[in-house]
Amino acid sequence: MSEIITSAVLIGILTSAIRLATPYLYAAIGEAISEISGVVNLGVDGIMLLSAYGAFFVALNTGNLWLGLLTGALVGVAMGLLMAFISVTLKAEQGISGIGLYMFGLGLSSLLFKTTIGTVKTVVGFQPVRIPLLSDLPSLGEVLFDQSLPVYAAFLLVPLAWFILEKTTWGLRLKAVGQTPAAADSLGVSVDRVRYIAVCVGSMLAGLAGASLSLALVNLFQENLTAGQGFIAVALVYFGGWRPLGILLGALLFSTVNAFQLWMQVLGVAIPSDVAVMLPYLLTIVVLAFTVSRVRGPAALNKPFERGEH
Amino acid sequence: MPPDSASDTLRPTRKPVFDWQGLLLRAASPLLAILVALLVGAIMLLLLGANPLAAYATMVRGVFGSMSGFTQSLVKATPLLLVGLGICIAFRASMINIGGEGQIIAGALMATWFSLQFRTWPGWLLIPATLVMGFLAGAFWGFIPGVLKARLNVNEILSTVMMNAIALQLMNLLVRGPLIDPAGVAAKTYLPQSERLPQQVWLGRLVPQTLLHSGGIIAVLLAVMVYVFLWRTTIGYRIRAVGLSPDASRYAGIPVPFYQALSLTLAGGFAGLAGVIEVIGVQHRLLEGITSGYGFSGIVAALFGGLHPLGLIPASWLFGSLLVGADMMQRAVQVPSALIDTLLGLVVLLVVGSQMWSRRLATRRVIALARKNAEAQP
Repeated sequence: MSEIITSAVLIGILTSAIRLATPYLYAAIGEAISEISGVVNLGVDGIMLLSAYGAFFVALNTGNLWLGLLTGALVGVAMGLLMAFISVTLKAEQGISGIGLYMFGLGLSSLLFKTTIGTVKTVVGFQPVRIPLLSDLPSLGEVLFDQSLPVYAAFLLVPLAWFILEKTTWGLRLKAVGQTPAAADSLGVSVDRVRYIAVCVGSMLAGLAGASLSLALVNLFQENLTAGQGFIAVALVYFGGWRPLGILLGALLFSTVNAFQLWMQVLGVAIPSDVAVMLPYLLTIVVLAFTVSRVRGPAALNKPFERGEH
Repeated sequence: MPPDSASDTLRPTRKPVFDWQGLLLRAASPLLAILVALLVGAIMLLLLGANPLAAYATMVRGVFGSMSGFTQSLVKATPLLLVGLGICIAFRASMINIGGEGQIIAGALMATWFSLQFRTWPGWLLIPATLVMGFLAGAFWGFIPGVLKARLNVNEILSTVMMNAIALQLMNLLVRGPLIDPAGVAAKTYLPQSERLPQQVWLGRLVPQTLLHSGGIIAVLLAVMVYVFLWRTTIGYRIRAVGLSPDASRYAGIPVPFYQALSLTLAGGFAGLAGVIEVIGVQHRLLEGITSGYGFSGIVAALFGGLHPLGLIPASWLFGSLLVGADMMQRAVQVPSALIDTLLGLVVLLVVGSQMWSRRLATRRVIALARKNAEAQP
């Protein structure tokens, strides 16, 4: 083992880990925002798929990556509106409606891929942008400061989300609506409106997660591209205890395992690839088993709000 | 409102009257959902440049136009019904089982291994033994998320999704390794599929020259059994009580976590049976894609059937027909069958979305009936 893991490989693994954390970060922070307002959106994976497709399709046909990214975000918002309408306005069971949204996104992205693209094509995705000075730091510089713009943005999202959640009125309202919707309502906060915004912002971030996957990570689209990353992102929200910093740690844990797994395959270590691919899913179950009972989520999570029921 | 003689007839009688109105009300919202989904599908077909009327006509002709199409719809309905029965049991306990895919794989893997291992056994012994073993394998795959939920309060939706991914990789590994067809190795094709199962384990054909096998009969019998189990036994009653109100159940002394775990385990078992039946009834070997997405479409069928084992029988046949029709449509009109996957997702959204209305309508009706009855009392 020791002759395989050289410092060059280690740097390679860590650089990939930072890159691979990107979709998890976008999606999980988005899901956290939605859940803090009291809405579990289990359709994240479906949103990511449809957005990944939309972003890729636009980038492929216009050659403009930014337009692709924007498309991904807009597809996310549209899916968020659908989810919010069903779970907030129609007060449907959130778990099942999320699965419906997932199936819808999975099916529609496959359908559109088959009819508009057909075969697996690639685009030239977002290129690494070296940050002067910082990227010259020994080993760490290469890992952290030689990444593409969507990757940097994902990591900047962590302090931004923390600031919004902890230091702004909007963050406070979000928490109030998720903890005690009846009290928030009596103080004149529109529960439905806050939840609509939270679900749409969360889904927009899920859209960016999908777009970053197809335009900055793998630079292609294929059926079921995400392979359940959206569900892992939901698990990361529990793991991170609904806090951006906790989510960051979880995302890095998962992306490191993933990067390790990929590099082992590249280096030809004799583990069956199926076992290696299984690792993140096994890890998710283990992580859930050891974290869920410790942390307490928003009190009104998964509960539709109806006036005069309290 | 003064009581009038006509309302006397509305007084509840001792003889149980079949509640046609209630049944219609419950059937209305899913039927409306599928209508809306088909309408959206028509728009999508137009956008794809296909004639929706021609496409839907192909679907209908595909199912009802020939014996093979019709029997095919029953063949596809069978795993849907089995998976759906499991979903019903789990949902009745408020456990959302998304793990159908993984549980089907667990059952299929076990059925393949077991029937190949004991290929010398006679059919009358091998078939039931394989069914039981597959049920147990699926049940084990449901038991893990069940225990995690009961003991550690792990969200069962997430754990079952992960169990799906793990089962899929496990199958990929085994079907390329220990279970791979020796003939494929000898011919150097290395097709990812198992050896053909011994003939005596194949389920009998009900109609010669078609794919229709006896698995459907087993599934319908099980549906009746699940109905009796849920509504006529103490365990079934407790499962439903846990789903309706965990708090009230706890006060009544029902061990809630136990019944949550039990419901997921049973759900896994039924999905496992679906896997067995796909292997011994349809493919006669294990191959990749053995689940055909039944783990997900079974959820749709279950929701559509009102989470009722008997409602599930027509619902799974309807979705079986839809899947067959979609295959025909794909061949005739060149529209990818992913269209149907999309519409299935939409049906789920519409059914859960419309539940608020049907709930309100039902409440209003009960209140109105009660008021009438109260007024009819002297």
